[in-house]
Amino acid sequence: MKARYLLPIAVFLAIVAVFGLVLYQVSQGRNIREIPSPLIGKTVPEFELPLLLKPEQTFSSEQLKGQVSLVNVWASWCVSCRYEHDLLVRMSRNIDISIIGINYKDERMDALKWLRDMGNPYVASIFDHDGRVAIDWGVYGTPETFIVDQQGIIRYKHTGPITAEKLRNEIMPLVNKLREAGDTV
Amino acid sequence: MRTVLVLLLLSMGTVQAIGEIGIRNLEDERRFNELAKTLRCMVCQNQSIADSNAELALDFRDQVKKKINEGQTDAEIIDYMVERYGDYILYRPPFNMVTAILWMGPFILVVVGFLMILRTMRRQEKSPADANTGQQARLKELLEKSSDAGNRGG
Repeated sequence: MKARYLLPIAVFLAIVAVFGLVLYQVSQGRNIREIPSPLIGKTVPEFELPLLLKPEQTFSSEQLKGQVSLVNVWASWCVSCRYEHDLLVRMSRNIDISIIGINYKDERMDALKWLRDMGNPYVASIFDHDGRVAIDWGVYGTPETFIVDQQGIIRYKHTGPITAEKLRNEIMPLVNKLREAGDTV
Repeated sequence: MRTVLVLLLLSMGTVQAIGEIGIRNLEDERRFNELAKTLRCMVCQNQSIADSNAELALDFRDQVKKKINEGQTDAEIIDYMVERYGDYILYRPPFNMVTAILWMGPFILVVVGFLMILRTMRRQEKSPADANTGQQARLKELLEKSSDAGNRGG
């Protein structure tokens, strides 16, 4: 008689377990809106765009090769970018890593003011006014951060502001690993 | 009447202002509408780029129009988006290992439900005999009792 109830109870418990697991992951900082990027492991999309600070000069995807870099997509209208910016500035001062900015769908004046007011962590920021290059990078929610290795291959992507924890636990270990791997080649 | 006309003109203005890129002919327009319905707006995840007015959806729509105007096929345009955003951008995800449970789930549920109905029916078919002997006796007993009472009362 009791066995009749076992199956429904088991199904119910399984559902509770799945929901519980996801809720736990969310409480531990998992972003459920984050969608794995198909670009990881692929060469960066080709681009050549003017620099934000020196519009007469351009920056191309070729220039990403030769060192491990962080590519950060940002905009002055983006609220979460403000949240992350301070960390980027501190990184640029204290950690040996080149951060390339993609200024996404911004007005040049606003973007320049932002960097003047809050500090400029970028070795170079490219000016993607119409957001077309960002679409090639699969950008859907600023800020986004990519790690690009010496060969110009995308190794990592994070959507949303990076935190000190992310930096310590995911980004820097991977950067160091890529650097070591690059040195031995 | 004049207000209606004015409103009509105003609304036409906005419609044209939304998309920066134009479409050349009706056939392209039809293709664009179909494609826009199959692509997901990545920021408003339960809307297609046809439904959504998010900034990103507008950009996606422009990109699709541009590619149509360049003469690309539907498959080429879809590949272009999937290469960058993954299968997730498709409202109709392709059948593969990851999506197998998504596609098969409803059918599995129907089969399981059907099996459960069969089982219940078979159990009911089998059990009446055993259940009845006891119940029939009890029923008879009750009926006799009540007819006795009826006789006595009458």
